[in-house]
Amino acid sequence: MTRKAAANVGVVIVSHSSKVAEGAADMVRQMVGDAVPLAFTGGNVDGGLGTDVAAILAAIDRAWTPAGVVILVDLGGAETNSEMALEMIDEKRRGRVAVCNAPIVEGAVIAATEASGGSPLETVKRMAEELSPQ
Amino acid sequence: MSVTETPVIASALLTNEVGLHARPAVKLTMLAKSFAATVELALEEDGPWVDAKSPVKIMRVKAPKGKLLHFRASGSDADAAVAALVGLVARGFDENGGEDADDA
Repeated sequence: MTRKAAANVGVVIVSHSSKVAEGAADMVRQMVGDAVPLAFTGGNVDGGLGTDVAAILAAIDRAWTPAGVVILVDLGGAETNSEMALEMIDEKRRGRVAVCNAPIVEGAVIAATEASGGSPLETVKRMAEELSPQ
Repeated sequence: MSVTETPVIASALLTNEVGLHARPAVKLTMLAKSFAATVELALEEDGPWVDAKSPVKIMRVKAPKGKLLHFRASGSDADAAVAALVGLVARGFDENGGEDADDA
């Protein structure tokens, strides 16, 4: 019996492209179901390619559970803005948000799969990062 | 001879057209994770065994259709774990004819 989603680590997908972000989230949902909270954001406020700190903060909020969230990003900028968003997060939550160094789609799938089993934040992050060259 | 605990072992044939690709690999690990037992998978009777609860490891197995998957489990619910996993493989990971919304 899997734990309720509300107790599992959440997954946040941040891409420069809204289509990529949504598509990646679709793939995660299709494979992992609703066993984990999932949120995505992509594109800048003008609807172009880029990332937006406020949107990232909102996504973190949507996917939030007491177990924390992992963030999957797709290129330098997404990571920079995610780190920036981290600095703006409530101190209490900051320690429970982790940006992963992993490919965005596969990392999100691995993270969600691992999180679905109730694994803690550090384990979810580590599993996703096993995909990237160490 | 010391036998601390005899692991439960069983196997099932992979019948999915594209074998153990990402989607079934995820289903396999999620199912394995729902049991307390340690669960392992191997493509040969004598291993090497990989942790069936590790999504990265299972995704890397990449077994093709026609391969026999061996499961080994130890722990309180080892029997149930192996039976469930063998069942999942035998059902073709429920990939035929649409989504199985029944994931507990």
